[in-house]
Amino acid sequence: MSEIVDAIPYARFLGVVVERPAGALECLLPFREEIIGNPNLPAIHGGVLGAFLELTALLHLLDEGGTDRVPKPITFSVDYLRSAGPANTRARAEIFKLGRRIANVRVVAWQDDPSKPVAAGNGKFLL
Amino acid sequence: MSTERKYALASIFGPGRSEMISYTPHARHLGLRVVETGPAFAVMALPYREELIGDPVRKVVFGGAITTLIDHASGLAVACALEELTAVATIDLRVDYLRAARPGVELFARSECYRVTRNVAFVRVFAYETSTEDSFASALGAFMIGANRSDSSFERFVGGKRGGAA
Repeated sequence: MSEIVDAIPYARFLGVVVERPAGALECLLPFREEIIGNPNLPAIHGGVLGAFLELTALLHLLDEGGTDRVPKPITFSVDYLRSAGPANTRARAEIFKLGRRIANVRVVAWQDDPSKPVAAGNGKFLL
Repeated sequence: MSTERKYALASIFGPGRSEMISYTPHARHLGLRVVETGPAFAVMALPYREELIGDPVRKVVFGGAITTLIDHASGLAVACALEELTAVATIDLRVDYLRAARPGVELFARSECYRVTRNVAFVRVFAYETSTEDSFASALGAFMIGANRSDSSFERFVGGKRGGAA
């Protein structure tokens, strides 16, 4: 899986790390100055959170599907639930429906407490 | 009495200036630039960089980088629709990827804030290489107005003056 992350330049750009606590794929977005969107709070850029969710959904699909072909996103929707402060962010995805052509994936991101998500996403990918 | 709307950022409407993103670390990191702002709209650009590729085979920019371009242009469009500057935060953003973005060229997003209510602003966005008529992505977003106690990062450009204040 880490080879896939290495193969996706944007994943390296964000500094995303793939971990596997208890077997399930989990992505880590380490906090860095470069991902701040609002320096007054400070808070991570909403676009970065959206991108991180989308990346986690994609990596999860690649992991489960065992394919090297990168699924194409059709639509991706993000709910911003809390402001994400200057801390590490983690995300986990779940495939809701794996069809012949389309996969429906849900993904949640949190910081310190998994029961207090900072953002949630829903994506449809063309396989 | 004029019914013409006032805009807090009216004094900076026109071609984008580099200072407009200089206070946002991630916008700098990504290389975003403001192309143009005007009443309730903003156009932003994302220069092509190999580091932003999401699909190594097709060399297409990762969807998430496009999400950031769209999100940022939308936040700016909302600020450009307000009578009085206040902090804005994304509540919800949905991006439809209509086709693959062309590799190797600068990508643009034009966001229009088509409705502002007391608490929420609504935007629609087209992302394209040359024309909104031929966009590769479209998006809808909802933003919270007065989202937190921080100042709008755009206050610096209008000297902290609250344009809509009576």
